[in-house]
Amino acid sequence: MKKTIILLSLALVSWGAFAQHDHSMMTNKSKVEASVKVEHSKSASVIIDNYLALKDALVQEDSRGAASFGKKLFDDFAKFNLSAQAKQQQKEVAEIIEDASEHAKHISENSKDIAHQREHFEILSKDVKDLVTISGSDRTLYQLFCPMYNNNKGGAWLSTSKEIRNPYFGNRMLKCGTVQQEISVR
Amino acid sequence: MKLLKITGLLLLVVLVGLQFFPAGTNHSTTIPATDFVKTFETPEQVAQILRTSCYNCHSNNTNYPWYSRVQPVGWFLENHINKGKEELNFSEFGSYSDRKQKSKLTSMISQVEDGEMPLTSYTSIHREARLSAESKGTLIEYLEKLKESL
Repeated sequence: MKKTIILLSLALVSWGAFAQHDHSMMTNKSKVEASVKVEHSKSASVIIDNYLALKDALVQEDSRGAASFGKKLFDDFAKFNLSAQAKQQQKEVAEIIEDASEHAKHISENSKDIAHQREHFEILSKDVKDLVTISGSDRTLYQLFCPMYNNNKGGAWLSTSKEIRNPYFGNRMLKCGTVQQEISVR
Repeated sequence: MKLLKITGLLLLVVLVGLQFFPAGTNHSTTIPATDFVKTFETPEQVAQILRTSCYNCHSNNTNYPWYSRVQPVGWFLENHINKGKEELNFSEFGSYSDRKQKSKLTSMISQVEDGEMPLTSYTSIHREARLSAESKGTLIEYLEKLKESL
């Protein structure tokens, strides 16, 4: 049974990576814990580092810290080596980077508006997850999900731990959320 | 008294001088195929809302008020419109990647929901651009549906 699930998710991931359009919709709303395996790669390491630091700043309600990590992320995206990615995936990766940079920029420019930073963080999280799914990761990540964010539309984020530390509500609802997916390295 | 007269005169000269440097106009005669309304065949009711409340600063076609020809007001507007278009340009929306379209729709929905857009500084002068609760609802409902369909 477990094998089937892994195989199935593998199939889904490879289908998604090759399809030109967006493929994260099927995981976004589901509340079942599932897992995907990605390639081992360091190409997105710095991005993951600064994304996680940004996430922690939002958990701490530290909007100035979030802004400074937003700026770092923006620079990381600009430096991302697109040509190191498989040719047939470069277009999608380029689109992810373009979108993600914009969100990172907004986060860096709104050091006094944490609600606005969180709005962009939500979309950024999806971009970073899709990036890691394609380009690979150097560590296991968990996609966590808070169903209450944004008037109960929900919002996901990535963490290296299964333990919930909510970046959308901070102290107001620190432990609200569930594990949605495990992204492990092959 | 004399000083006041001289300063006043000088100010007038400067203001008149400024008028010789008109701001660029944001106006195009054709509506491109990448236009939001064209791309998604937006129903007229929603298109109307977008045109009155959003397109002036977020498209390649601005419906200018008369005072935009007076400098430095015109320059201020030009700068403002350039910034607005950089964030979101309805005239080019169809050329955005699927990901960017979706991401822009998400931001549009939350900006309108939170009452951040259209800007209060804009609606205080352009009363017609204010969103009534009803048109706000119509707009959000349409944008949500569109986002789901992408």
